[in-house]
Amino acid sequence: MNPIEILRISWEAIGRNKVRSILTMLGIIIGVAAVIIMVAISAGTEATIQENITGLGSNLIFVSSNFSRGGPPGMMTASSSGGLVFDDATAIAEEVDGVSAVVVEQSSSQTVKAGKTSLEGVSIQGTTPGFPAVRDMEMATGRYFNDEEVDRKTKVAVLGSTLAEELFGAANPVGQVIGVGSIKLTVIGVLAEKGTVGEIDYDSRLYTPITVVFEKFTDSMFARIRGDAVRMVYVKVSDTETIDSIILQIKLLLAKRHKTTLDDLDVTITTQQDVITAQGSTTSAFRSLLGWVAGVSLLVGGIGIMNIMLVSVTERTREIGIRQAVGATPSDILLQFMTEALLLSVVGGILGMLAGFGGSWIFSQASAMRTVVSPASILLAFGSAAVVGVFFGFYPASKAAQLEPIEALRYE
Amino acid sequence: MEHPVVIETRDLSKIYGVGDTRVAAVDGISIRIERGEFIAVMGPSGSGKSTLMYILGCLATPSSGKYFLDGEDASDMNRRELAFIRSRKIGFIFQSYNLLARTTALRNVTLPLLYNRSLRADAKTSETRGRELLEQVGLGDRLHHQPHELSGGQQQRVAIARSLINDPVMIIADEPTGNLDSHSGEEVMRILQDLHRKGVTIVMVTHNPRIAAEATRAIHLSDGRVADIVRNELHEGH
Repeated sequence: MNPIEILRISWEAIGRNKVRSILTMLGIIIGVAAVIIMVAISAGTEATIQENITGLGSNLIFVSSNFSRGGPPGMMTASSSGGLVFDDATAIAEEVDGVSAVVVEQSSSQTVKAGKTSLEGVSIQGTTPGFPAVRDMEMATGRYFNDEEVDRKTKVAVLGSTLAEELFGAANPVGQVIGVGSIKLTVIGVLAEKGTVGEIDYDSRLYTPITVVFEKFTDSMFARIRGDAVRMVYVKVSDTETIDSIILQIKLLLAKRHKTTLDDLDVTITTQQDVITAQGSTTSAFRSLLGWVAGVSLLVGGIGIMNIMLVSVTERTREIGIRQAVGATPSDILLQFMTEALLLSVVGGILGMLAGFGGSWIFSQASAMRTVVSPASILLAFGSAAVVGVFFGFYPASKAAQLEPIEALRYE
Repeated sequence: MEHPVVIETRDLSKIYGVGDTRVAAVDGISIRIERGEFIAVMGPSGSGKSTLMYILGCLATPSSGKYFLDGEDASDMNRRELAFIRSRKIGFIFQSYNLLARTTALRNVTLPLLYNRSLRADAKTSETRGRELLEQVGLGDRLHHQPHELSGGQQQRVAIARSLINDPVMIIADEPTGNLDSHSGEEVMRILQDLHRKGVTIVMVTHNPRIAAEATRAIHLSDGRVADIVRNELHEGH
């Protein structure tokens, strides 16, 4: 039997019951559309996150204090207490090979005032001049502070873009004096927009020389005993290939400086790659959930197809008898009904795909969330729709093929 | 190579049920039908004429005995082989026409070509051939009408055209005029007579003696056996 003829016959049979056929396809349409939309959303989110993370500076090693282990520093001797100090960063820069830049960060939370505007709980980041370069941040206006200003503890501030807007609106903040906690800082620059990464909004922070934070916003008692504590040291390496050996060198150096062993080291070292991997594992968990959702809707859709095909076989018993009488073999009949089931699911798959594209687009327009329709998700959704058609079409089709011609012809 | 004997059965039986409910619908029938004959199979309901027709039409196989159709042993064929032999050698005309609904006359007529593995007709040849046959039965102007747009007589003529498209060695007609008014019935019989004159072998099942009188021979069945065979002298001249 001619395959084109089989397709034509099946297409006509489906077309005869348009409403029923579309209702039958609905399960597949929803399943396929759901797969494409949800994969598009998760892929879009993942792509955005990944771009942001890599955008925040590549080849980075994050060395952060282990607060859980150090305990209250004042109660212990300097040698056994936890936490990073400013001199550790200097030591890393001087003693570890392959390091291109080291930046430190110590934070505080203060109320910031500009004119009549007052903002509570603004994150104050004490950093060093290398910070914008290491984190791939750029200036919008003005400049970042320099080494001299850090050494002299000059009271200057650089604002994140959101913070600048909240404090000064459209006006140029450069040269303005703002109140931070109990002191006054002069604004010397505003950073370009960076975005939120890993729950940190880089644009709503205030950046100031780290020495200002040490002097004005941290308890100097402890600092005198064991040096100025820092929350985080960013180490930029010149070659990613050597990143593992650099991590080891940093660990050994810090273990020596903190007079402890590698196992008891009071700092945590992570890399950009670790952050991306962690992010990837959350999305993959999300994806496997989506996979289940899609699987269930395709299963339900498939049962719908089987149900309608069984009805169709019963309704068309007479037709099957006629076809058999004029020479159709059992396999001709099987093929015809299989084709019909497959056509139902594939057409459902195509409609679902269109609905998926449309839905993804609408979603991205409505929520400003990025969606990425991946060819793999289309292939997956479409392929599973076809598999569903074959799998659930087989039973009704074989029932049709096994009808006895005499009984089928007598069927009223 | 044409076989002079189209149908030969030897002690053909068809038994339904088991044990106490065993019923022999066809009980040891041996007949011979030659090429070009117009046979009427007669008998009251329950006489086994339908069962015999199904076996002769290769829609069923006998429980015992032998059936040769055009020299081929069709007694033990499986469903696939039966479909093949129906496709190559048999054309059916049913009492209730059995046309595909919502399908044009032309498509109904060409339907058997879809399943014919020996002719392998392409779409164009099929259409030409279907057109010719419909013109032959006087429906050249109804090619694209669907069954519900045609009268009973016209539907039966479409069915006759369909039965001819595979060049069968024999046409089996089951009460072809049973659902028709006398005028349409006569027209259908006239077409069958025409075919008979052209040399087509026809086996017609009927319980109407007037219709049966138009055949060359009438085989009377009773309780699954051949009760009588009447040669109709009137038609010997044809």
